[in-house]
Amino acid sequence: MKFLTAIIGHIGGTLLLLVSSLRYATTLPRQFPRFIEQCYLIGYTTLPIVTILTFFIGSVLALQSGYSMDNFGAKQFIGTLVGLTMARELGPVMVAILVAGRVGSAITAELASMKVYQEIDALRTMNIPPERMLVLPRLAAVLVMMPVLAIIANLCGWYGGALVCQYTHSISVDSEAYFTALKLYMKPRDIVDGLIKAEVFGFVIVLVCCYIGLSTRGGPREIGASVTKAVVTSLILILVLDYFVTKALLMS
Amino acid sequence: MTAPAFTSAPFVGKTFGVTVAHVTKKYGRTTVLTDINLEVQPGEIFCIMGPSGSGKSVLLKQIAGLEIPTSGEVHIGEFNASDPASRDQVHLALVFQAGALFNSLTVYDNLALYPREHRLCNEAGIRERVMHALQILSLEKAAGKFPADLSGGMKKRVAIARALVMEPQLLLYDEPTSELDPVMSATLTEIIATLREQNAVTSIVVTHDRDLAFNIADRIAFIMDGRIRGIGKPADFKQPKDPVIANFLNPVIDLKNPRFKQLENSHE
Repeated sequence: MKFLTAIIGHIGGTLLLLVSSLRYATTLPRQFPRFIEQCYLIGYTTLPIVTILTFFIGSVLALQSGYSMDNFGAKQFIGTLVGLTMARELGPVMVAILVAGRVGSAITAELASMKVYQEIDALRTMNIPPERMLVLPRLAAVLVMMPVLAIIANLCGWYGGALVCQYTHSISVDSEAYFTALKLYMKPRDIVDGLIKAEVFGFVIVLVCCYIGLSTRGGPREIGASVTKAVVTSLILILVLDYFVTKALLMS
Repeated sequence: MTAPAFTSAPFVGKTFGVTVAHVTKKYGRTTVLTDINLEVQPGEIFCIMGPSGSGKSVLLKQIAGLEIPTSGEVHIGEFNASDPASRDQVHLALVFQAGALFNSLTVYDNLALYPREHRLCNEAGIRERVMHALQILSLEKAAGKFPADLSGGMKKRVAIARALVMEPQLLLYDEPTSELDPVMSATLTEIIATLREQNAVTSIVVTHDRDLAFNIADRIAFIMDGRIRGIGKPADFKQPKDPVIANFLNPVIDLKNPRFKQLENSHE
């Protein structure tokens, strides 16, 4: 019962943080430098790891499916499988996981440290709401950067799959056939659905990580505990939300 | 370390008195403050003294509006400190015990944050305002440094300078001389007293530094176990009748019968 009450309390706290941040939405234009800084942190610094990981995820997907689909004589559809899987599922989910690990942890560490060392209290006494200065620019930046990262993840995954198909002797599907199959059964809607999922995951990760950071109490030890809590919560939320968002998108 | 040069024109602004009425603060089942009543006059330096853990800083948080009392009210002038909308009407500055400087910003940007965020003036005006505050506290050379590069004393002075940039109507200090050597402590005492002379701003100082309180306070409140034990002028506390206050202000060091041994025995 206590656990349930705590969860409901955290959900309420997160929603309140969202509402109080959105109240300052009109101040975003004059916070442009902060917004750009956050876009850089969320997008640019995550880009190398997203590129490398999704390239190899696409490669492994092609390798595994090539091995299995060969038994059914369906090797010509590897491009479709890799394309759809990356666009609808693995692209957005992998980007979200990487953003949670790379960016979410950094956000929580920064805000928790500001809370523990009374910088947040200092902001409040200066009548500067932390929601406006610290949360809103991050939420706006993640909304802009997640689709960009997801598109790059899709492209890397697709090209990783194409390379494996072309140069793996047991598969031997050339790039032209691979991309023809990819285009044949993929609709723009598949890519849009993936981007919507990335947006939802990114927004939730940043919101939850900000909430956990700002609710940290205690000393330096609690900063570490908050970071762990933020990353674990984000990962769980990504996978739980993945099911519900996918279901909603398929039904719509 | 030389005493700072107070060469600049004083900051100006309307100042407020503070009324603390029947404030009680509980964290869960623990009561930290019990029925606190205080009346701080406009322009007064009011010191809140007491041993560590007596609830001084918690009381300061209630006055600053950082926490809401479990019961009772705090008014700054006519504004209710517990109501964010009302509290926003007051220019209040709190000098935190550890400075609470923004570590990712330089000293200059720490000071410029308030006028920038509230769009009080253009960048040239902000520069003038910031350099003025830095000059008052002899910190011009530290403008480009980050807080991590400063000594404890400099951090406290930067925190005071940041408070001055806000042109506060109420200035709160949380243990301004803690963790400082005697010379730096004396310097900060001079700074606080001189700032009050120049600004006539109401100042509430939480401290357990007897010398600081006796040198700058108009009145002192002694707090113990979350209750007000006595309020009076510094002269009243120099020879206190209350044995608890006397023991705190003039502790006798008895190496033959040490205090911690007495505590150990009382626990047994």
